[in-house]
Amino acid sequence: MNVKTISTLSPVSGPINELKVPSEELQLQLLYFMKLTRELEYRIERKLYRQGKVLGGVYVGRGQEAIAAGACIGLRKSDVICPSHRDMAAFLIRGMSLRVILAQYMGRKTGATRGRDANMHMGDLDLNIIPFISMLGDHVPVAAGAGLAFKARGEDNVAVCFFGDGATSRGDWHEGVNMASVLKLPVVYICNNNQYAYSTPLERQMAVENVADRAVAYGMPGEIVDGNDVLAVWDASERAIARARAGQGPTLIECKTFRLTGHSAHDDAAYVPRELMAHWEERDPILRLERALVETGVITKSGIDKVQERVQNEIDEAIQLAENDPYPDPEDCLKDVYFEQ
Amino acid sequence: MPATTYVEAIRQGIWEEMEKDERVFVLGEDVGIYGGAFKVTEGMLERFGEWRVIDTPISESAIVGAAIGAALMGLRPIAEMQFADFISCAFDQITNFAAKSRYRWNAGVPIVIRGPSGGGVHGGPFHSQNPEMYYVHTPGLKVVCPSSAYDAKGLIKSAIRDPDPVLFFEHKFLYRRVKEELPAEDFTVPIGKAAVRRTGSDISVITYGAMVYTALDAAKELEKEGIDLEVLDLRSLLPFDREAVLESVKRTSKVILLHEDTRIGGFAGELAAVISEEAFEYLDGPIRRITAPDTPVPYSPPLEEFFLPKISDVMRVARELYAY
Repeated sequence: MNVKTISTLSPVSGPINELKVPSEELQLQLLYFMKLTRELEYRIERKLYRQGKVLGGVYVGRGQEAIAAGACIGLRKSDVICPSHRDMAAFLIRGMSLRVILAQYMGRKTGATRGRDANMHMGDLDLNIIPFISMLGDHVPVAAGAGLAFKARGEDNVAVCFFGDGATSRGDWHEGVNMASVLKLPVVYICNNNQYAYSTPLERQMAVENVADRAVAYGMPGEIVDGNDVLAVWDASERAIARARAGQGPTLIECKTFRLTGHSAHDDAAYVPRELMAHWEERDPILRLERALVETGVITKSGIDKVQERVQNEIDEAIQLAENDPYPDPEDCLKDVYFEQ
Repeated sequence: MPATTYVEAIRQGIWEEMEKDERVFVLGEDVGIYGGAFKVTEGMLERFGEWRVIDTPISESAIVGAAIGAALMGLRPIAEMQFADFISCAFDQITNFAAKSRYRWNAGVPIVIRGPSGGGVHGGPFHSQNPEMYYVHTPGLKVVCPSSAYDAKGLIKSAIRDPDPVLFFEHKFLYRRVKEELPAEDFTVPIGKAAVRRTGSDISVITYGAMVYTALDAAKELEKEGIDLEVLDLRSLLPFDREAVLESVKRTSKVILLHEDTRIGGFAGELAAVISEEAFEYLDGPIRRITAPDTPVPYSPPLEEFFLPKISDVMRVARELYAY
């Protein structure tokens, strides 16, 4: 079993260049999507939620943007993704529009679920996005089933399934990864191990040191990567995706990261030691990528400012559109429980 | 043409749909090499190959979860629960993932989850249950309980072709005990339509599954006493045939609700509510229920015999209601 930590970026400065890195164009795309994710979630959590325009629960992936970005940027349209609740970059990379996402959060008819479901519970079969449900880990066997369909039809598509460390405590997770491995299904399982499941620290979640250690029990490769290093996540994902496409079965990638926020918008994460939070704030995945890209000459500091400006403008525009989108009609409550002609 | 058993009718229905539609496949425990614990999938592995007849680990939740994922990618999975009792292990996938998918994000989940339910075979608490009501209470699912070979074949075909998740509860007591000649040509039985098994003028017995035969046997006995029972076989519980229920009750004005499932929260309760809401003025007596008692299904013959509703129960209640 390949269980080792790999990293391309040093924690606080430039690249180590141990591993393959994506093209400059792809690196710039990663920067854009990570910054778009950060700003979008900032607006949702710190603005729209506090203004009462987003109701219910809000869960963001601040500090974890590298994981979904690095894992999804190299996928084909025909591949399927099954994101979890801190993987906004996955939706954006797959092409879900900012307006649809914001309308979803604001309960509008134009949202991904037409007002039926909230926040990250967004899916779209045209974009090959299967949404997770709140029972964490339930989408792990579902991803296996998507892979089963690919394998049964002789297609070389893959399913990429995301979850947190806490979800790996659920039985569905274990049943799902086991079945995927037994049937050698083309699935890539990506754990964003942010070290807390709501308020419960990792050591109260599992007695093994790493989530990737669990892979041994299921006869699949388990790999640990620095989850705040988007290039390392990209590299590990590329290899796992290639394995899956080649019919060699699933891989479990554990991305070590940290949740730079509470579990949800109402949670101040007072249970997280301040030094620990500060330690990880220094390892902010976006700052690390920016530094690396400046040092290697892929982008200038003013270029980064321009990306930020673009991101803000796009979100401003989408918020305006989504805010003016209609709510569903009350009677829509009764529709679409079953297929309707 | 020789008569076809209930279990063979299901096998034929699945087989024919697999021949016709290459998206249809089965997965479950021991469905491949072994042909299924009750031989519903016998011979299918040889005919359709290992990617259409898939032996899985003992993981009901993953069986249903994988069926959901495959359905979302365009396939038509049939997931076997080796015993319907084991469906509880997949409860969350069924009620939260499959049932709510279309409503949430407009993605239908055309899966069939099938398996043997019911008692009368000394299976004990974990091989005899009637778990249908957990799912009847879940919007987004369909639930069918065929009682005859014709219905079993026609309904499994309808279930496979249905765009929504269908739970198909086969009664294992009937597997090899009921048989009939089936048409050679393709046919289906619509989900949500009841069938009058016996027309009668005095009392409507509304039932489903193996209890259809209990009702019919009781009717035959009561005929000698001049009591004329109508027997309505619901065939589907979700959706159920409201019109057929009301039509029968309005005609006979007396009703017995009979099921093998336990009493509290059983389907009879829902039927009683609908009848009293919509046909109250037509009733000439109290709505009567005959059900299993609110206990687990016991193993030992005298206990199981006590547990299951019997012909004598139907006769006793029918006499009381007739005299009312």
